[in-house]
Amino acid sequence: MFYREAGEFKTSYRSDQAILTIPQDRWFMATILIIAFVVIPIFFNEYWLGAIMLPFLILALAAIGLNILTGYAGQLSLGTGGFMATGAFAAYKLATSFPDMHILLVILVAGFITAAVGILFGIPSLRIKGFYLAVATLASQFFLIWLFNKFGWFTNYSASGVISAPPMTLIGDIYVTGTKATLLAKYLFTLSLVVLLALVAKNLIRSNIGREWMAIRDMDIAAEIIGIPMLATKLKAFAVSSFYCGIAGALWAFIYTGSVEPLAFDVNRSFQILFMIIIGGLGSISGSFLGAAFIILLPIFLNRAPSLIGLSLPVDLISHIEFMVFGALIIFFLIVEPHGLARLWQIMKEKLRLWPFPY
Amino acid sequence: MKLKHLSTGLIAATLAASSLFASNVAMAADSQFVGALVYRTGPYAPAGIPYADGFSDYINLLNTRDGGINGVMLDLEECDFGYNTDKGVECYERMKNNGSTGMPAVMPLSTGVTYALLDRVVADKIPLITSGYGRADGADGTVFPWVFVPPATYWGGADIAINYVAGEYGGYGNLKGKKIALVYHDSAYGKEPIRTLETLAAQHGFKLSLFPVPHPGLEQKSTWLKIGRQLRPDYVLMWGWGVMNSTAIKEAAAVNYPRDKFIGIWWSGNEPDVVPAGDAAIGYKAMQFNSVGSNYGVHKAIKKHLYAKGNGSAKNEATVGQVAYNRGVQTALILTEAMRGAMAEFGDEPVTGEQMQWALDRLDISKDRMKALGADGLYDPIKLSCSDHAGKGRVKMTQWDGESFKAISDWIQPNNKLLRKLYTESAAQYAKEKNITPRDCN
Repeated sequence: MFYREAGEFKTSYRSDQAILTIPQDRWFMATILIIAFVVIPIFFNEYWLGAIMLPFLILALAAIGLNILTGYAGQLSLGTGGFMATGAFAAYKLATSFPDMHILLVILVAGFITAAVGILFGIPSLRIKGFYLAVATLASQFFLIWLFNKFGWFTNYSASGVISAPPMTLIGDIYVTGTKATLLAKYLFTLSLVVLLALVAKNLIRSNIGREWMAIRDMDIAAEIIGIPMLATKLKAFAVSSFYCGIAGALWAFIYTGSVEPLAFDVNRSFQILFMIIIGGLGSISGSFLGAAFIILLPIFLNRAPSLIGLSLPVDLISHIEFMVFGALIIFFLIVEPHGLARLWQIMKEKLRLWPFPY
Repeated sequence: MKLKHLSTGLIAATLAASSLFASNVAMAADSQFVGALVYRTGPYAPAGIPYADGFSDYINLLNTRDGGINGVMLDLEECDFGYNTDKGVECYERMKNNGSTGMPAVMPLSTGVTYALLDRVVADKIPLITSGYGRADGADGTVFPWVFVPPATYWGGADIAINYVAGEYGGYGNLKGKKIALVYHDSAYGKEPIRTLETLAAQHGFKLSLFPVPHPGLEQKSTWLKIGRQLRPDYVLMWGWGVMNSTAIKEAAAVNYPRDKFIGIWWSGNEPDVVPAGDAAIGYKAMQFNSVGSNYGVHKAIKKHLYAKGNGSAKNEATVGQVAYNRGVQTALILTEAMRGAMAEFGDEPVTGEQMQWALDRLDISKDRMKALGADGLYDPIKLSCSDHAGKGRVKMTQWDGESFKAISDWIQPNNKLLRKLYTESAAQYAKEKNITPRDCN
C-alpha cells in the first residue's frame, strides 16, 4: 500500500537510473546512514564501536570484494585472506618507508598493489574454472602468507614477523591509527570509507563492466560469442575484488588491531568471508553486509545471551551452545533461503508491495 | 555514552535488589574485578583448561581462605575465546570496563591476542601481562610501559637452551662446529628465538638450521626425515604449540632421533604434548619457567580449601599440579601480588589499571614472599623495575620419564647482558616505527 512503484513518474534519465527508485527505499537508506553516522557514535559505548562495529565494517568490505569476484563474475576464490594480508603488508611497507604519506593515500596505494597481485593470480582463471579455480586461488592464499613469513623485508626484519601500524593522522590532530586514536575517529573513518567504496561497487555493478561480469558468470561461452573479452573481463574482476580485499586488510591491520601477524589472514579468514557471502547472498552488495552481520554479530549475541537473561552458565558451556545454535541457524537459513539473506530481504519487499492485498 | 549511564543504573538496581538478600552486599559494593581471557574450548583447550583452572583456583583460594586481598574480595569473570584472536579482542573490550575500576590487567595467553592488544592497552591504560609469551622486547619497560613479560622470555629461553647444550659438551668452547636445529611453529611465536639463536651461533661457532612447520603442524614427515637422515644435528630445539608438539615427538621417534637431545620450549612441555606420544616421549626434555609438582604449600591449600569442599574449578583433582595448571596459578599470583603492591600505596580498595602499572613497575616477589605464599621452589622470585619488565628469567630443564616431568637442573640464568642489548635494539626499532618517546626511568 505504502511501498510501491506505482505513481512514481520519472521525468529524467537521471531519476530513471537512480540506485533507489522508490522513495521509501531512499528513506530507509537515509535512516540507516543516519543511524550509522550519528546514532551509533552518540548512543553506543566503546565496546560497540571497537569490538563490534569496526570488525563488522571491515569484513563487510572484504565480503563486497569477494562478492564482486565470486557473486558477480562467478569466479570461486579462496584467496581472500592472502589478498587481505597483501593489503596489510603493502600498507605497512608504504607507511614505514614514506612516513609523511597520508593515511588515505597509503590505504589506496595498498589497494592498488593488491589489485596488481590479484591480476597475477587471476591469470589461471582463463583456463581453470569452478572448483578447480578455488583450489588455484587457495594456492595464492598459502603462497602469500608464506611469502610474508619467509622474507624479513616485508616486516622490516622484525624478530617475530609482526607488523605494527605507525600513528597517523587524518587531518590536523585527529589520529586514526596508533595509541592516540580514539575509537570514535577510527569508527567514523572506517565507516566513511566503507560507505564510499560500497557505493562505488554498487555503481560498478550497474555499469557495463558489471554486466560483462554477470554475463560471464551466467554463461561464459555465450558471453564470449557476443564479444566480451574473457581474459580482460575476468582480470578486471580479480583486480577490483583484490583492491577491495586489500583495503579491508590494510584497515584491519591499521585501524582495527594496530599490530598484526600474518596468521590473522590465514585460510580461516578466507573461509569466514566466503561464508559471509554465501549466507548473505551471492551477487548482492547488501548481502555482503547482511552476511558479515550474521557471521560476526550473531556469535557474539549468542555468547552474551545467557548472561543477558540472567543465566549464569560456565563459559565453556556457553561457547559450546553458541557453536551448536550458530551451526543450526546456518543450516536453517540455507534451507529456508538458499540464495541468502539478501534474497529474504528482497522477498519481504515484494510482499510489502502487495500488502495488504495478497493474491 | 548513554548505555554507560544505563548500565550504572542497572548495577545500582542490582545492588539495591541484592541488598534484600543481605548476604554479600559488602562484597558486591567494593570488590575487585578480575577478568580472565580463557580458552576452555577450541583446538588448544587441552592446555587452556588446566591453565584457566589454576588461575581461577588461586583467585578463589584467596577469596575463601583470606577473604580476598586486604579485605577486598576478588570478583572473577571468565570469557572464553577458544584461541580465536577476533573473539579474544571482543572479550577484552567486553570486560575492560567491568567492575568499579575496570580490568586491573589483561593476561591473554595467546600470541595473536597479545599483538592485537598492544595498542589498545596503552590507550586504555591497562597493563598487559604476558608470562613467558608475547613480545620478548616487552622486557624493555622504557618503550613498553604497559607490557610485562615475567618470568621469562623466548629469547631468554633460546639462550638457556644453548647454555644447557654447551654445558652438556663441557663449555661454550666446545660448541664450535656443532649442529643445532630449530623446529618451529611458522608464526610470530615460533620465529621469536631465531634472532637470538643466530647471534649465539655467530658468537660460538655452531651451525644453526631452521625448520619451519606450517600451522597446525600435523605434517612433519619430511622435516624429520631431513633432520634424522640427512642433517643429523647434535641437538634439536623446538618452539611448538598444541598438536605440533606430540607430532614432532612421534616423528622424532620414527626417524630414531634421540629424544634426550631434543629440547622443547615451555609451551612444548605440557602433559598434553607428551602423553599422546606415549613411550616415544620418554627422555624428551623441556624448559620450564616454573617447577613441576603438586605438593607445594599452595597446592595443599587449594586442595584443602577448595577441592575438599567440592569448590575446585577442575573437574578432576589430579589436574592440580599439572604444568599448565601451575602456570595458571603463577599468573594469578603475579597479578594478585601486584594488586597488593598497588593497595599498599593507594589504599585497600579496588585498584585501577594505572595503579597496577605503578605496582608492576616495582613488583618484588622475594624468596621469603614466595615461601609465605606456599610457592617457594615452585616459582622463581620475580623482581621488576621501571626499565626491566622481565626479571631474571631463570628456567629449569626438565625431562619426561613417561609419568611426569622431572627437573634435571637447578634454575639456569640466561645471559641477561646480551639479552638486554637485543631487547633494547628491537624495542628501539619499534619505538622508531611507532613514534614512541621512551620514558625516562631514572
